[in-house]
Amino acid sequence: MQDYLLPRYKVLRDADQCVRCGVCERSCSNEVHKVDEELGRVIANHRACVNCQRCVVMCPTQALAITRWPQVGNGSNNWTLGAMQDIAKQAQTGAVLLSSMGNPQPYPLYWDHLLLNASQVTNPSIDPLREPMETRVLLGSRPDALKVDECGRRVMSKMPPQIKLDVPLMFSAMSFGSISLNTQKALAMAAEELGTYFNTGEGGLHKDLECYGEHAVVQVASGRFGVDARYLNAGAMVEIKIGQGAKPGIGGHLPGEKINEEVSQTRMIPRGTDAISPAPHHDIYSIEDLRQLIYSLKEATRYEKPVAVKIAAVHNASAIASGMARAGADVIVLDGFRGGTGAAPLRIRDNVGIPLELALAAVDQRLCDEGIRSKVSLVAAGSIRNSADVVRAVALGADAVYCASAALIALGCHQCQDCASGRCNWGIATQRPELTRRLNPEIAAERVVNLVRAWNHEIQEMMGGMGINAIDSLRGNRLMLRGVGLSDKEREILGVKHAGE
Amino acid sequence: MRKRATLREGDVRIPSGCAIAGIMDRSGARHGGSDILKSIALMHDRSNGLGGGFAAYGIYPEFAELHAFHVMYESKEARDRTEAYLDEHFTSEKQERIPTEPVKGIQDPPDVWRYFLAPHPIKLSLSGLDEAEYTMQHVFHINADIPGAFVASSGKNMGAFKGVGYPEDIGAFYRIEEYGAWLWTAHGRFPTNTPGWWGGAHPFTLLNWSIVHNGEISSYDANRRYVEQFGYDCTLKTDTEVITYLFDLLVRRHGFSQEMAAHIMCASAWDEIDKMESGRAAFETALRCVYASALVNGPMSVILGSDEGLLALNDRLKLRALMAGEKGSMVYLASEQAAIEVVCPDVQNVRSIEGGEPFVVQREKGA
Amino acid sequence: MGKTVSVTLGTAHFAEANATVREALSQNDTVEVNGVFAQRYLGCAMPAGKTLRIHGVPGNDLACYLDGGEIEVFGNAQDQIGNTMNDGCIVVHGRCGDAAGYGMRGGQILVRDGCGWRVGIHMKQFEGKRPAIVIGGDAGSFLGEYLAGGIIVLLGKPGRHLATGMHGGVIYLRHPIGEDEVSAGLVQEPADEVDRTVIGALLRRYNECFAADLDEPLDESGEGFHRLRPTTVRPYAALYAN
Repeated sequence: MQDYLLPRYKVLRDADQCVRCGVCERSCSNEVHKVDEELGRVIANHRACVNCQRCVVMCPTQALAITRWPQVGNGSNNWTLGAMQDIAKQAQTGAVLLSSMGNPQPYPLYWDHLLLNASQVTNPSIDPLREPMETRVLLGSRPDALKVDECGRRVMSKMPPQIKLDVPLMFSAMSFGSISLNTQKALAMAAEELGTYFNTGEGGLHKDLECYGEHAVVQVASGRFGVDARYLNAGAMVEIKIGQGAKPGIGGHLPGEKINEEVSQTRMIPRGTDAISPAPHHDIYSIEDLRQLIYSLKEATRYEKPVAVKIAAVHNASAIASGMARAGADVIVLDGFRGGTGAAPLRIRDNVGIPLELALAAVDQRLCDEGIRSKVSLVAAGSIRNSADVVRAVALGADAVYCASAALIALGCHQCQDCASGRCNWGIATQRPELTRRLNPEIAAERVVNLVRAWNHEIQEMMGGMGINAIDSLRGNRLMLRGVGLSDKEREILGVKHAGE
Repeated sequence: MRKRATLREGDVRIPSGCAIAGIMDRSGARHGGSDILKSIALMHDRSNGLGGGFAAYGIYPEFAELHAFHVMYESKEARDRTEAYLDEHFTSEKQERIPTEPVKGIQDPPDVWRYFLAPHPIKLSLSGLDEAEYTMQHVFHINADIPGAFVASSGKNMGAFKGVGYPEDIGAFYRIEEYGAWLWTAHGRFPTNTPGWWGGAHPFTLLNWSIVHNGEISSYDANRRYVEQFGYDCTLKTDTEVITYLFDLLVRRHGFSQEMAAHIMCASAWDEIDKMESGRAAFETALRCVYASALVNGPMSVILGSDEGLLALNDRLKLRALMAGEKGSMVYLASEQAAIEVVCPDVQNVRSIEGGEPFVVQREKGA
Repeated sequence: MGKTVSVTLGTAHFAEANATVREALSQNDTVEVNGVFAQRYLGCAMPAGKTLRIHGVPGNDLACYLDGGEIEVFGNAQDQIGNTMNDGCIVVHGRCGDAAGYGMRGGQILVRDGCGWRVGIHMKQFEGKRPAIVIGGDAGSFLGEYLAGGIIVLLGKPGRHLATGMHGGVIYLRHPIGEDEVSAGLVQEPADEVDRTVIGALLRRYNECFAADLDEPLDESGEGFHRLRPTTVRPYAALYAN
């Protein structure tokens, strides 16, 4: 059948600059570039280009750039080129469209409508370079009140387990299988260096990473891959994954070609078989069943580790979160619809779920209204792009944030949304040895550490500007936010005043 | 000409700066209000004429077992409604207009009354609440739901005298020299706006607590969000209100000493905790963990008055000044040292209140 | 033979009950657990060499993450027994509820009578570990849903939607289903010699475990059984277009 699909990108090569060194050819696992000795030039298979920009970065003479395929649409805002391309692909294959990373559609980005406050006159701003500025966060559940022996300075009531973050940020779940071992190792090393945590995702904990267990959140998803008592006790916290912002309501599917020997060992399934995670946990069909799984994990870990529960931000998130808190979750993780994924059906990614900002504000407010907000910790996930987003998330009520896409971008990811193909040229979302070896874990860890240290300093600067010297006093402090360009309803849900008010 | 409606505390959040002072006789002996008046008057330039007030402990020994309600009325109707309400829920031993004196600079004062009340015994027992909670809830009700009425204080053997004006004028208006108290605190306010409302002046009181506070805390909304989870309603939107509720929550409801409550609000820094031995570190960590949202951040100096005595506290970074001095059984506190020396020239042991370290003075037992 | 001790749970809360049982197990190899009423998680992650003999009605998630220990229930078991179990054995002298053996990757579950819905869901196998479930009676619907490995032997009749999404392992049926009931991607065919060896070994275990309960032992030859297996380990390979 003739394929009607158009190329998406076009490789622009500056013939004056190109020295035909072949670096681009060797860089590209999609086989876009070819040095043609007979023609005496480098030719391109534009159709294969996914715009990962590896060749652009690697080209020693800056001879390359990638542009959009120059084909114009028909002028319709309805039948855009993209809409027609999707149809062409499905007419060709009869398949469900698959894509990767977070929802790229032009829904409102509420972060960009929330402005931060700073002190002027009536109270002072604080300079974080010279004065103490605390960004440490503890995650876990808390009693309403603490019983203490004041004279002996000892705690009398039993404190539930907590994990300590020196920066208000963790790396969100990305399984070994969806990303390479080197990538996971880089994040583990960075987490250790930064005093925070990486998350194994649902693919088990590789034996080489067990030494980073104190900085690992071990995830339990519906497929239960790699889950046994040893795994549960290897991490600092256990996380039940109910849903993911990029694909709420559906399960996971790691195709057999990504299940190589190492992935197979870690997931404890045979090589080459599809690793399918069912849509629901088949021991959770109701909120009381969540309590059953939470406590089975607590029993298996002797009540020594907090248990987090992660849900996708969906319409009824606030009521669900409230139920989760009552079911015994120590940490509630909310994943917004811009959160990334290694693979998701495109229609789900682009159409299901709600923005993190609204869900976070609604959940925090509901938990406050119910008088249970201080009993649990709340972590916001789903496309935290920079330190200002972290500050906004905390001011909307989060204890900390999870971020993954930003960390991957630090490692070279250019958000080409082609993770599912397994041909990631940056050595991140692939299991091919010739590609994974491109990512050196030590150097990669350093890049992530640099990023987070820079963010943390910026967070301190912004907190200092507000006259706050501990992140505890920023949490839920929505007076530090003002909305611009938002409707009354949006501001009501976000719980913020309009700028100028 | 119709008066333009102005926004009051509660309608809007108004940042304020201030002067504060306190004088206490540890022995429990009572003395008149002239010293505290003199002390706060010296710090005239720290206020701007838009709020002043005093709290006095031990002023009603003949009614020591009754709640002394100081109520400000803006209309006769407000008084009628409030008195009917009080009559329904309390039994009254005595009620009278609080004696005042016309003072130049004090405009449009409300009608100020006091009542010596005990909770209606049957209603109290039906409510299932203890006396403190019962009284507090009715105070909240009057302040929130009866327009033109505001309960300035409701504790036993104590009272608040406050209003719009410079503190020395407010003191003269209420004739505070004529009251004998073992503990006086005073407040001169510098709000950035003109609330023009007597109820919004300080001290802020809750039963026998009274608080005077200087500074604008940056953690206000985080603290508000925290106490509201425990049923407190921050209607005035002031720092003083939320700090009072934090003390009430931590001391009355969670059973901490005042000193520990202050320590929770100005918790040890993590870098100090990291150097502590493990048991102590676990203690401090647990406090910071459970009470993370009770941490008060930003410039603050407060004097908390109660039946036990007084507690003074500066924020962790000591962004506000607060001085203390002693002589014999007397203890003096003021935003500026001179405001102590003006009433006690030979004061001893003058020192500043350290950042984050509560300064506690207790009334002697049996006093 | 290790030491044995008895504990009685009554209506104690599961946290307390499990602490009691764990304490007893730390000193003994076998614990007789009496008067059990709905306590969850009994035998959670119990290692090899330890045995629980349970009298009463154990709660949900019995033997979750079981790690080699042996559990015998004298009566019926509730839902989700052997959840994510890794190794060991669960014997139920009665029936069991829904989703038994969810995600299990090793060990055996033998149920004398029937079972609820979705039993053996997402069971998997790995290297030397090949988990097995034997159900003596009828099974509820969705038996072996998402089955990715291991063996299910069903002596009674299955419900509807048998083994939907199965992409590994094998189900042995004493009563074959109609061809129109075989889910897409699966094939039902008579058991061969190799299968009969596997079936025979499991039926022998069944006879041993329930000797005292059965009027007469089952025929261990495996004759007449059919097997249900997937035609591919990649059932959804063509479902998606990147």
